[in-house]
Amino acid sequence: MSDQEFEPKILGFFCNWCTYAGADLAGVSRLQYPSNIRVIRVMCSGTVSPHHVLKAFQKGADGVLIGGCHIGDCHYLRGNYMTIKRVRFLQDLLKFTGFEPGRLHLEWISAAEGPKFAQTVRDFTEKIRKMGPARLKSARAA
Amino acid sequence: MKSQKQGTAPVGAVMVVGGGIAGVQAALDLADSGFYVYMVEKMPGIGGVMAQLDKTFPTNDCSMCILSPKLVECGRHLNIEILAPAMVTGISGEPGNFKVQVTQPARYIDMSKCIACGVCAQKCPKKVPDSFNQGLAKRKAAYVYYPQSVPLKYAIDAAECLYFKKGGKCKACEKFCPTGAVDFDQTDKSQEISVGAVILAPGFKPYDPSRYGAYHYAAYPNVVTSMEFERILSASGPFQGHLVRPSDHKEPSKIAWLQCVGSRDQNHCDHSYCSGVCCMYAIKEAVIAKEHSKAPLDAAIFFMDMRTHGKDFEKYYWRAEEEQGVRFIRSRVHSIDPVPGSDDLALRYLREDGALVTEVFDLVVLSVGLEVAPDVVELAQTLGLELDASQFTQTSSFAPVATSRPGIYVCGAFQGPKDIPQSVMEASASASAAGELLSAARFSLAKKKPEYPERDISQEAPRTGVFVCHCGINIAGVIDVEAVRDYAATLPTVEYVENNLFTCSQDTQEIIKERIKEHNLNRIVVASCTPKTHEPLFQETIKEAGLNKFLFELANIRDQGSWVHMHEPERATRRAKDQVRMAVAKVSLQQPLKEFELPITKAGLVIGGGAAGMEAALGLAGQGFKVHLLEKKEVLGGHARKLLNAWTGEPVLPYLEGIVQQVNDHPLIDVHLNSEVTAVTGFVGNFVSTIATGGKEIDVQHGAAIIASGGHSYKPQEYLYGQDERVLLSLEMDQALKEKSALVTGAKSAVFIQCVGSRIPERPYCSRVCCTHSVENALHLKEINPDMEVFILYRDLRTYALRENLYKEAREKGVIFVRFDPENGPQVAKLADGRLQVTVPDPILGLPLTLTPDVLSLASAIVVQGQEKLAQMFKVPLNNEGFFLEAHMKLRPVDFATEGVFVAGLAHYPKPIDEAIAQAKAAAARAAVVLSQDSIHAGGVVAQIDPEKCVGCQACVGVCPFGAIDYNAREDVCEVNQALCKGCGTCAANCPSECITLLGFSHKQIYTQIDEALKELSFSLDEAAGG
Repeated sequence: MSDQEFEPKILGFFCNWCTYAGADLAGVSRLQYPSNIRVIRVMCSGTVSPHHVLKAFQKGADGVLIGGCHIGDCHYLRGNYMTIKRVRFLQDLLKFTGFEPGRLHLEWISAAEGPKFAQTVRDFTEKIRKMGPARLKSARAA
Repeated sequence: MKSQKQGTAPVGAVMVVGGGIAGVQAALDLADSGFYVYMVEKMPGIGGVMAQLDKTFPTNDCSMCILSPKLVECGRHLNIEILAPAMVTGISGEPGNFKVQVTQPARYIDMSKCIACGVCAQKCPKKVPDSFNQGLAKRKAAYVYYPQSVPLKYAIDAAECLYFKKGGKCKACEKFCPTGAVDFDQTDKSQEISVGAVILAPGFKPYDPSRYGAYHYAAYPNVVTSMEFERILSASGPFQGHLVRPSDHKEPSKIAWLQCVGSRDQNHCDHSYCSGVCCMYAIKEAVIAKEHSKAPLDAAIFFMDMRTHGKDFEKYYWRAEEEQGVRFIRSRVHSIDPVPGSDDLALRYLREDGALVTEVFDLVVLSVGLEVAPDVVELAQTLGLELDASQFTQTSSFAPVATSRPGIYVCGAFQGPKDIPQSVMEASASASAAGELLSAARFSLAKKKPEYPERDISQEAPRTGVFVCHCGINIAGVIDVEAVRDYAATLPTVEYVENNLFTCSQDTQEIIKERIKEHNLNRIVVASCTPKTHEPLFQETIKEAGLNKFLFELANIRDQGSWVHMHEPERATRRAKDQVRMAVAKVSLQQPLKEFELPITKAGLVIGGGAAGMEAALGLAGQGFKVHLLEKKEVLGGHARKLLNAWTGEPVLPYLEGIVQQVNDHPLIDVHLNSEVTAVTGFVGNFVSTIATGGKEIDVQHGAAIIASGGHSYKPQEYLYGQDERVLLSLEMDQALKEKSALVTGAKSAVFIQCVGSRIPERPYCSRVCCTHSVENALHLKEINPDMEVFILYRDLRTYALRENLYKEAREKGVIFVRFDPENGPQVAKLADGRLQVTVPDPILGLPLTLTPDVLSLASAIVVQGQEKLAQMFKVPLNNEGFFLEAHMKLRPVDFATEGVFVAGLAHYPKPIDEAIAQAKAAAARAAVVLSQDSIHAGGVVAQIDPEKCVGCQACVGVCPFGAIDYNAREDVCEVNQALCKGCGTCAANCPSECITLLGFSHKQIYTQIDEALKELSFSLDEAAGG
């Protein structure tokens, strides 16, 4: 990997009803954002288990972005409450292990929020770019 | 069914005349609810004008992308027979039993043999202007109407074909056709078809602006119509979506749109009406043109009143002006002149301050209006229908889709100029009307869906086929689709790969089915757009080919690929490859999923007893379904009780009393007054709602629900409302007029103020009805006292469509219209002598105008309150302004994403009573599609617990939002009730032993996707960076 041009690997888990649709809307509106992200569509953000997130970091993700419906809008009523709990728990866990908790980010993006989707991806990608490669990965590479 | 002869059963078939979006929707609703449909289209393929559009407002969806699945559905529907090209030439009989004469001109192609290979067109020597591309490109005399046409079959244009013109010479097409499909011996065919009802959806014709002498449309190539501009923008158009002007193919840097060409103008065209759609399409074209243009583009729209009265239109207008920098110039352009030595055009116009300005543009787009085509007028004569002065169908506000002839219904632009969502609503409404007439004959002629035998793949290793879509240039313009295809061929399990121009087109569905058979494929990946819109189409296709529909995966390389990485083609291609690799890996792990059938409660619940709710209830009951109608208050009628007239002048009260009576008398309708829904459980086909009536609660079972909970008038704080009895809201003015109150009969001067609480940052929408309502009431005042001074203070006068005639009448009768800017609006004060004083700066005179009216009417906004509770109970969304948000703004205007729940009336958006009735009938038709089925499918994507691994910890039981998991104490395991499971997967994520699988999204599949997503990313990005 070249030193000056660090390209972060971002993995997105987006719920089918809100954030995935918001990502589609960003496309329909032709809002541009960095192409570093790869997307896994899940039915609900509550489907994303801690194992999935840890696995992503283990496999070399520099950042993981989880997108769900706004609180109160969950297609499954309260799946996203579970998501909050899991993300907080995971961030504590990451911190405990000495890993930057900011590499895991949760954002509520509705089906109508194309601009917010594009901005979120832009901001998160830049933030991770500034943070540099995830250390788990560097350790692995070394 | 009054006019039907005793004892004769109605015919269970309906003829839909016109294959545009309205016709398509009407046909699908009818065919899906048990009727056989003949669709008669005069062109060789269906699709209508919507197929020619580039994008649609206000979502900027690609028109073809959202239309194509519906056309395909029509084309493949078991109960829709498309006759194209064909014309109706005669009719006899009566409602329930018509005999319709249909003539089909010879196509000179045997449709059963044509494989749409295009060799005939290739070999045909005769070039003719391509009408689908508005004459901007050429086609051959042997041609296909457009590439995504349904049916996808060629035709020979006899008027242009050399064989016909030169007496037996040429026949190149016949010589080269590989299947012998060319048949010059074909003759025009006439047949008589028996149907119970006829729905007319013949659409409109864009106005031909040649008659505007000063605009020189015919002489200057760079003066184009808006329809031509749609084709210029379109990826499948004459310039492949490159924004160039016709004369020299130069990219324009300045484009002007001229509004109201062929509308609101009796001098040039005798069209006094407003066409209702041109303001929005002009804004859309300006926004899209700016997006298309590589260099900054100056887009200017010249208009009289900006009419953005639909849902989310006002915000679209604001964004165009503030964010995209479209210029809006309030002026009617006098003339277009050539600029010597160039192909440019000079516009001369008067600015609002009176200055005469000349400005030069590269390209001028005439926003042409909608008119009824001469052949449609002829059709109306053949059918014996009454038309109005502008040749639109004569209808009543209270029966908006009924023509003057019983059993013949109308929808879309032939009913009056209108946009797509309104046409779609009317289409469903006309399907409901026909369904009511023919309910006794439901399923008498319609065939039931065949069951496709499913291939047993349990012993087969995965064999995946990958289809990579160009989507015209939507994808291929950015992503190297050939490279993605070739890359896919290298992936494990992939046995077959292919590119398609449009993977969603009907011919590609056939290709996919053939490939599955040829290559014995058992998994399919399509790399194209979003699964949100296109997954069902492809799933249906593979089902027909004998595969379980879940053995399918979409890789979204357009909405989340080419469209969002437009300036990084290499990286977009790499991302597309990765997403395809993830999709292939995921689908390779997919096993067939079982679905099972659940019975349907054949009853509807309608919430709201206003006009919309009652019409929806009558629509459902008329089609033979039991209805529970809920009203919060102690009487039925809602806001319509306060309304004096419909805009057509028809009094509301007699109509309302009539339907209240019908509702109360109908044996299938249970009315629950003073009632509210307090809880909802279940799902489509099997809802149970708790209805609370005066402290008592009962549970009702229903298969579908229609929300028609209505709206309210905004109660203004401003303009002395509530402080002075001479200040009234529009509905209070109605009341005063009805009661002939001295306040109105004695007034010598009256003022109306528009947009009170509408079109402001807190409420960024137009309330749609207020301009027309004020003009109506101004006319009533003028009727009471022709000498009364009546002023209407407005921002843009939005008497859209045929309502424009009222505006014209008001001006003729001396009503004075004064425009104001919101930042400099009217001031209302009470003078020391007790008089009301209204001052407003007149933008034309530049001077303040002072009025002392005896009565002041405020056109206050329509608002909704407290819809959150209903939204939560039915799990449906609201928009930012609190209105219910439909599944799709354009094509699903009464549906929700949640199946079995529908919306109508003011709860959806402000609208006049005729539109509320149409929407209510549409909701009834959509609900009838659910209720007419024998059963619904359940299963598929649901959770499954492996009893071998489950330790009975019950961590899943508590997290399930639907109570679908029970603990079986005897076996010490948890179990999922698949009928209740909605497939969210929260339990699967919470299970500590990962013994719960969300079918279709298993842990293994997610882990595999994670692996694949991260596997080659660093490699590919390094490569992109040259590392």
